[in-house]
Amino acid sequence: MHPIAEKIQSRFPEGFVEANEWRGDLAITVKREALHDVCSYIRKDPDLDCDYMVHVSSVDWPDDEERFEVVYEVYSIRKRHRIRIKTRVPEHDCLVDSMTDIWMGADFMEREVFDMMGIRFNHHPDLRRILMPDDYTEGYPLRKDFPVQGKGWRDTFDFLNDPSQ
Amino acid sequence: MKLEDQRTTVYKVDPSHPETESLPTLRTEELLLNMGPQHPSTHGVLKVILELEGERIVKSTPVMGFLHRGVEKLAEGGTYHQFIPHTDRLDYVCAMYNNFAYCRAVEKLMDITVPDRAEYLRTLVAEVQRIIGHLFWLGTQALDIGAMTVFFYTFRDREILLDWFDELCGARLTTSWYRIGGVERDFTPSLTKKVQKFLDYFPPKIDEYVVFLEKNRIWLARTRGVAVISAEDALSFGLSGPTLRGSGVDYDLRKYEPYSAYPKCEFSVPVGKNGDTYDRYWIRIEEMRESIKIVQQCLQQMEPGPIMAEVPSVTLPPKDRVFTNLESMIQQFKLFSQGFDAPAGEIYCGTEAHKGELGFYIVSTGGGQPYRLKIRAPSFIHMGAFDYMAKGYMIADAVTIFGTYDIVMGECDR
Repeated sequence: MHPIAEKIQSRFPEGFVEANEWRGDLAITVKREALHDVCSYIRKDPDLDCDYMVHVSSVDWPDDEERFEVVYEVYSIRKRHRIRIKTRVPEHDCLVDSMTDIWMGADFMEREVFDMMGIRFNHHPDLRRILMPDDYTEGYPLRKDFPVQGKGWRDTFDFLNDPSQ
Repeated sequence: MKLEDQRTTVYKVDPSHPETESLPTLRTEELLLNMGPQHPSTHGVLKVILELEGERIVKSTPVMGFLHRGVEKLAEGGTYHQFIPHTDRLDYVCAMYNNFAYCRAVEKLMDITVPDRAEYLRTLVAEVQRIIGHLFWLGTQALDIGAMTVFFYTFRDREILLDWFDELCGARLTTSWYRIGGVERDFTPSLTKKVQKFLDYFPPKIDEYVVFLEKNRIWLARTRGVAVISAEDALSFGLSGPTLRGSGVDYDLRKYEPYSAYPKCEFSVPVGKNGDTYDRYWIRIEEMRESIKIVQQCLQQMEPGPIMAEVPSVTLPPKDRVFTNLESMIQQFKLFSQGFDAPAGEIYCGTEAHKGELGFYIVSTGGGQPYRLKIRAPSFIHMGAFDYMAKGYMIADAVTIFGTYDIVMGECDR
């Protein structure tokens, strides 16, 4: 196992789920309850020192029991390593602790995840939609059950050259 | 008055002052001002709601998404090759670098090594694109804060470079010249000559722009000490590119995680000290000079050779074979319509575009289409720091702060 993953596993034996290294990228999956502690640990620990927030992302796995995956990717400018921290949340309770108190940039990135995937963040200072309109009610566009053409009032349009009419 | 004082002092009536009582009681309240979405300095459609106390900004709330097209969702419905033209439309002033970043990400996913000549060509064109991006930034940023002249000069030279792109791939802005595993076509001898000619022509022009701006007292006053951010805060916000390097962090992926032909070229990364708009301007000017050096070295070191990796299951067959050979045509058709079989896994690949770190996070479950594709757009992440950086400045400085990020809404809203 990668030394960084070992370090996190020994520090958080209960929260740690698995570590995966592929194409040179290190991805560590942790339990949702431990996510905030792990993140503040990798930010503050002098050996890990991940001071740079790269991106926050989310993946939808509709067939899994814990449907959503939240992905935090961080980088250390001084140590030059990249760590991807992932966690899973179920659909009926998709709530994750916000990282805005650790990395300020998480504010907008988490808002985007909320907007696109509908995952809510605990203690986020301003959790609103960011790219879609504030009054958008048609759901969360990046979920796999959301059709590419969109849904809602557009489906009721009459088309002028509809051959079926 | 020192810079910090100027920023934090909000002029208020001092209640303890003996003359305060004689002053008439005036009603004061905060004013909400919508800046945009039609304001010309917002470069596209961005609205910022400013809360003002007098002329000072107390709070600013960016409202984004006017240009949201759902590119990430579209990516899930197409093959990897089909997504290349979509990347052009992210940051439409710098299409080449977006193609480059995306193709690198897919090559990392597929574990493809690109031939040497293609790497040099890619680096060369990417650096030319960086010059175009910085010229565009220099002209429009100065125009936005009232220094109009330099705009005409930078756009004159940008035009020369766009004409090359026209000759190289038939398009000026939405180029789609990069391919997974290489590039679409090679330089013609006439193009190589033009590049060489430009290398002699361009460096004196940079000095010209510098004279226009650095002798302009108004422009200097409006950029020095404006939009200051410390290195620690900039990192915490995830800023990258010249916006981060202006604060004194030398984070540049071309040096930190060298890719393409950059490790074979000698260049330096300019780093600022004060973290203000002027330092970021200076960095971009110096980067143009460095880019010229890289282009020169690429031209010297480049040797004839293939421009596309030989991985028939992934990379496209050469165009001349597609038109003469049935198998190649079928292969091209299948690669575009069904795609190649990508291994299951996930990768993140960041590339140093001229705005900052442009990254692609791709999750694959096998098959020809990405399961999830996330674009780490520097413009979007820079906007996250807007409120923090604009606090305490005047309304007019908001324009400078838009400018300092080099924001393009196509990339910001995706």
